[in-house]
Amino acid sequence: MSKYVMIQSKSPWESGDLGHFYALARELGQGENEVTLFLVQNGVMAARSGATDVGLDELLGGKVRVLADDFSLRERAIETLRSGVRASAIDEVVDLLAGGAKALWH
Amino acid sequence: MATITLGIMDPPYESANTPTAFRLVEAAIRKGHNVNVFCYEGATALGYAGQKQHPNAVHGASLEEEDHPNPKDWVKALLAYAAEKQVKLVWCNCGLCVDERGVESQVEGVCRGSPVDAWKYCEASDGVILIGTE
Amino acid sequence: MARYLSIIDSAYRATIEEQDDTAVWFTHAMKNGGAEVSILLRGDAVNYAVTQQDAKGLRFGSRAVKGPDLVRDIKAVVEKKIPIYAVADDLAERGIVSTQLIPGVETLPRGAIAKLIEAHDRVLTW
Repeated sequence: MSKYVMIQSKSPWESGDLGHFYALARELGQGENEVTLFLVQNGVMAARSGATDVGLDELLGGKVRVLADDFSLRERAIETLRSGVRASAIDEVVDLLAGGAKALWH
Repeated sequence: MATITLGIMDPPYESANTPTAFRLVEAAIRKGHNVNVFCYEGATALGYAGQKQHPNAVHGASLEEEDHPNPKDWVKALLAYAAEKQVKLVWCNCGLCVDERGVESQVEGVCRGSPVDAWKYCEASDGVILIGTE
Repeated sequence: MARYLSIIDSAYRATIEEQDDTAVWFTHAMKNGGAEVSILLRGDAVNYAVTQQDAKGLRFGSRAVKGPDLVRDIKAVVEKKIPIYAVADDLAERGIVSTQLIPGVETLPRGAIAKLIEAHDRVLTW
């Protein structure tokens, strides 16, 4: 079993291949692995309640834990999150790294 | 206490990746971890000592009022913070990248290295993250 | 010793100035230092696996620009026994056929990336 922290820094509207990153998160999350998708910077744009992002829809409610950086949310005045996304401090990324999680940045 | 290695590539004033990288370093130090930062390519200018603040006429702010951020000061402040927290922060620049860009003049505490040094930092770390650039 | 996977998707970024791709170069330098590394080309970077790339001939005034030789560099990676893969789906989307690829570059389907990552201890995302 491995732990992964996948950091999504781009919004689905600025990155054409974000769907592949979401799919990779789902695939890594199969089996015993623990996968955290951490949305940061413009990555949090998809986390706002009412945002439409089919790729994220397919992840939410599944095995992959989806977090959104609290500073990036505040910076963009995103107050209400989609169901399945939890606001988080960047400290959680540090905790995962300190615990040996493999990290992928996108 | 763990050791974390971050690779960063973006030059100052170009990307939201830069403050995120600094936030990760700050959080790691605050939590008592040792940190290695390896600056590759444009990120080697983050510690360039020649950065200067400027006033901002659009903001109607003088030099002092604007207090414009220079990332070199963030580097210095994080090195001091690590010392205060009694953890180790290594801020290492790719030497060839420094030479290419003429940013040899760096704030105190920044060192030079090679990809092999970066690899050795990674080998001695619990966690590794590379923040690539566009 | 940890096994490293360099995932490269940023393509032709600063290759004229650097005279190489700096992610490929960095990974090769790690190997020269003794590291166990592999390379996965994805996105537009799959084009690095194509033969006949030619960036020569630029000139700015009197100053000729030597330019990168990415085919040489990828061949050197292969010769150095650094496993190098290209995502077949990304190749196909870009109209690149297998006969255009530098020998020694392996292709794998997008669905196999997760397993490749799982087979490595550290991932470097360029």
